Formats: sequence, structure tokens, C-alpha cells
Amino acid sequence: MEKREYLDLYHQMVVIRRLEERSAELYQQGKIGGFLHLYIGQEAVSTGLISVRRPEDRIITAYRDHGVAINCGLSAREVMAELLGKVTGCSRGKGGSMHLADVKKNFWGGHAIVGAHLPIAAGLALGDVYQNNKAVTVCMFGDGATNIGYFHEALNLSKVWNLPVLWVCENNQYGMGTAVERASAVSEMRQKADGYGMKSEAVNGMNVIEVREVSARLYEEIRNGSGPQFLEVITYRFRGHSMGDPERYRSSEEVKTWLENDPIGIYHRYLLEHQIASEEELQEQIRLAEEEINDAVAFAEASPEPPAEELFQHIYVEG
Amino acid sequence: MARITMREAISQALWEEMERDPSVFILGEEVGVWGGTYAVTKGFYDHFGPERVRDTPIAEAVIIGAAIGAALTGLRPIAELMTINFAFSAMDHIVNQAAKLHYMFGGQMILPLVIRAVGGGGRQLGATHSQTPDAVFAHFPGLKVVAPGTPADAKGLLKAAIRSQDPVLFIEHATLYQTRGEVPEGDYIVPLGKSTIQREGRHVTIVTYSKMLEISTKAADQLAKEGIEVEIVDLRSLRPLDMAPVLESFKKTNRAVIVEEGWKSYGVGAEVASRIYEEAFDYVDAPIKRVAQAEVPLPYNRTLEQMALPQVEDVIKAVKEVL
Repeated sequence: MEKREYLDLYHQMVVIRRLEERSAELYQQGKIGGFLHLYIGQEAVSTGLISVRRPEDRIITAYRDHGVAINCGLSAREVMAELLGKVTGCSRGKGGSMHLADVKKNFWGGHAIVGAHLPIAAGLALGDVYQNNKAVTVCMFGDGATNIGYFHEALNLSKVWNLPVLWVCENNQYGMGTAVERASAVSEMRQKADGYGMKSEAVNGMNVIEVREVSARLYEEIRNGSGPQFLEVITYRFRGHSMGDPERYRSSEEVKTWLENDPIGIYHRYLLEHQIASEEELQEQIRLAEEEINDAVAFAEASPEPPAEELFQHIYVEG
Repeated sequence: MARITMREAISQALWEEMERDPSVFILGEEVGVWGGTYAVTKGFYDHFGPERVRDTPIAEAVIIGAAIGAALTGLRPIAELMTINFAFSAMDHIVNQAAKLHYMFGGQMILPLVIRAVGGGGRQLGATHSQTPDAVFAHFPGLKVVAPGTPADAKGLLKAAIRSQDPVLFIEHATLYQTRGEVPEGDYIVPLGKSTIQREGRHVTIVTYSKMLEISTKAADQLAKEGIEVEIVDLRSLRPLDMAPVLESFKKTNRAVIVEEGWKSYGVGAEVASRIYEEAFDYVDAPIKRVAQAEVPLPYNRTLEQMALPQVEDVIKAVKEVL
């Protein structure tokens, strides 16, 4: 990897962190409505995973999607504008936080019904098989989604039809406020892939380089016809499930232990220790990220509300 | 024009569209090797092959979900639900995904998807396999819902549905598969969202669709012998709902009976009657009547089942009540 690429990963992670921190502020100011699920603590997962995808590879995820959108190449401007419900947002202000997408960048959303996007991911991969595209569909979901029927129907079909899907379970230890062991019959999510005869492995989701390396290998195996595979990424969300979460289900000691494992901090030290970048260079990336987010907020706030006629647009393509 | 069955008309539309467009393919339970549980896709598997006629597990959510995903990549999947009663297992994917993705992502996602589903009662299949829940699906903006009553409309509407850029739920009635009618050969398209006058008359308007078109026509034949001329409007599409022919007919007859197979409460008849009252109140000469299924889970026993379903006599009685 070139130095520029190392710095770019760092930049993306910091952009996501700042985007989320600013979103939380804007939410508290009442400028962002609805639900807001922050990606803070999980930045290394999507940054590592998506950094090795090819343009033809499709990405689809659940509602904790801001970071994924940034990693897929959406601008902080169009993400922030969507959060503020503006017509300049990536979904024209009609989707909101949970429904970011840009199909031109092969980012297929942002889906808010737990597990319901997994069957759709199987279909995206089926579309590629049917059209002889050598592409991989990467489907991200939380540990909570492995307990719903859609998950099982989708994994089963992907194996029966040998679809090129990388199933990525972000195990952040909690489905909303319910700890994994209180909701799942098995403690490791990857065990569920065994039931479908599917190859699986786990990776430390707090280390962007580890996620990236495992992902690169899995993309190539799937691209070369291995069939679907399952990757469990062990991670943690530093904030509540969504804004307004009282967090009665976990101790401050537990949160503190994970905070010491901050994925940005880990990567920051890695870059210094391996003399890939200097402290000044990393500070410069932080400064650029902050500028980018300031610009995004200014853009979003200055953007117009959707015009009234937008209400009845896009119900159908025809008629 | 050939006189063929509804089953043959649907089969013909599927076959011709698959021959015409390689992006059209079929997926569903027993659509391939078996040839379709209602034999609609008989011979397709051998002709088009396993890639284009895909047998699925019995797993409705992933059948519809996968069809949505494939449609997003630019294909034109036709997902078959063995019966519309199984659509409830795929409810999220039909009403929460297919009906919403285009709008919710600001128009960037396009789903040229057809869901074929067989519905209707009258075959002693018991409460879970005999429903006519068309109104449930027609409730959701973003989905197009059609339900043909004649073989010609079945062919023309199915071709239109397959060529449409929008998700379409295409509801077939199991007891109409053997119904015969004149069907134009080759490219015959009936536009989605257009009601039509199936029979002209001047005394009363019957608004109906699907299987109840047959029942209503029989009633009209009998009433004609008594000198009562019934005009029948076939809705064909429930969403978008085309009220123009209904209103035009009503303004002529000033009386209407709405005949549907589903339950009366919150149903198609409720919607159509309201719209007539809203848009043609000054033309109302008698309260509008609805003929619909008794409000019970449909029983297995043949006599009880037939008691619950709308019959020719029920329609005749309702017509005489509004005259």
C-alpha cells in the first residue's frame, strides 16, 4: 500500500468520526429529525472493508449507514444534507439518516428494517451472475439481524445458488439494548454460517488494516467463484443504539475498556510506530476532515427545503 | 383471434416476453421442473433453461427480496407466489421494500418487477389458502396492483406489467384459469391503470373485477331477460385506480352495485363507493350497494364456503334493491 492510501484510510475514519459528532450536535439542536444511529467506534469496519472493493462491487447495509456512505465515496455534503432533510441530499431529503444511497457509486442503501436487506443483497448478486458480471455483493448487517428469518432465507439461497455475496456481520455486542447472549442461541455469529455449509471467519473490527487484509482476500476468493462467505467483525459502538438511548444495559467500565481500543487511536499509533506518517501529517488529516465537515454542515444548512412538488414525485417511474 | 383459456393467455404472455427480452426471467416455487403448480409455466424449464426459470426454496421473503435485488441490477424478474396467501410471509418485501425503494431513495432505485400471485376462494382449501386480500395490497402507494377478469386482459396486462418500470402485483384467480375467451395473438398490450366498460347497459352500473366479473356477467344475463340492462365496469387495475369509466357510467345510470370477492370492510367496494359519492354525488338516485364475501375466515365445507362467497343471486338481489 502506498503512503497516500494509508493516509486516505485515516482521513476517511476521521471524517466519519467528525460527521457523527456533528450529527449528534445537530440532532440535539433539533436540526436532524427522526432516528439517528451513530457509527462512532465502528469506523474501521466499513473503512477497511470498502477500501478494497472494485467499482463493480455492490455495497448494501443496514440503518447505521453514514460511515458506509462516506467510504463508498458519497460526499460529506450530500450525506449531511440528507440528514437535514434537504433536497440536495443523496435521497433528495426523502430518505433521511437510515436511507442513504447512491446507486451510481454502487451503494445500494441504507435499509431500516432489520434483516430485510439481506434477501435484496442475494438478488443483487443474482443479477450479477445472470449478467455474467464478475462482481461481489457486500452485505453488512448487525448481530441482531442474525436472529430474524430473512437472514436465514438469504444465507440459504445464496449457498444453494452459489451467489457471490460477502455476508459481513458487524457484531457490536448489542441488538439495540439486548446483549448478544440474551438474544442469540450461539455466541459467535459466524457459527450460523456453518448451518448453511458456508465458509466463515472472524476479524478484529477495531483494526482497519486487519479488516482490509481479510476483506481483500475474501473478495478475490468470491470473485473467483468460491460462493458466498461469511465474515464476522468484532466491534463496538461507543454511543447508544440511537440518540436518546439511556444505555442501562451496559456498564461504564465496559464502555471504557472498549474506548481504550478506539479504532482511530489504534490506527494512529500504527502509522506512527511503522513510521508511515508523522504526527504533523496526521494532524493535517484531522484538520482537513474538520474543514470538510464544517463545509458539509454549511452546505446542508444553506440548501433549500424540497419544493412542494417533490412530495408526489418518485412514487412511480411511469404515471 | 384464438379462443384460449386464461391459463394459456398468461402462459403465452410470459413465453412471448421471455422470447422478446433476455432480461426477463422467472423465479418461484415449483415454476421449473414441476412446470408450475397451476401448470402456467409448463414447458418453460426445458425451453428457457434453469437460469431463466429458477426453482426456489419455499421461502417467500427471499423470493421477493431476491427479485427486488435482481430488478435493481436492471433485470426484469417475474416472481411467482404459489398463492397470494403466501404473500404475507413476504409482506415486508412487497409493501415495505418493493413499494418504497424508488420513492425513499429519491428516485434513484428502479424496480421493473412483476409478482404473480394466485388468489381467490371456492376450492375448499380452507381459511388460510382461500383469501382475496387484493385491497390490502392496493392500499400501498408505490405498488401497482392488477387483477384481470378475462383471458385477453390477462395477456395484455401481464405484458404491460413485464414491460413496466414499476413493481406490479399481478393477481390471478385460480377458478378463472379454465375460462375461455378471444385473445389477440402476438404483441397485445392492455395499459396498466385503465378501467373498461365490459358490457353496456342503461339501468344500473356494476363495478367489479377478476372472478366477480364472471359472476356479475351471469347476473346481468339473467336480469336482461327481465328487461333490466346492466352496464359492467371492469376495474382491472386496483392501483392506480381509474375512476373515469365508473363515473361516466354512473352519471348515465345513477345507480351502482359494487361486486368484489374480498371482505366488505375496508374493501374495494368501500373505496369505489366513496369516490362515487365524492365525485358524483349530484347523480346519486339510490344508495350504492356492495356485494362481498361474508366476514368470516372462509370455511372448508363446500356449502358453507359457497354461502360466504358472493353468488349470482346476491348480485341480482342487490341490483333490484338499487333500482
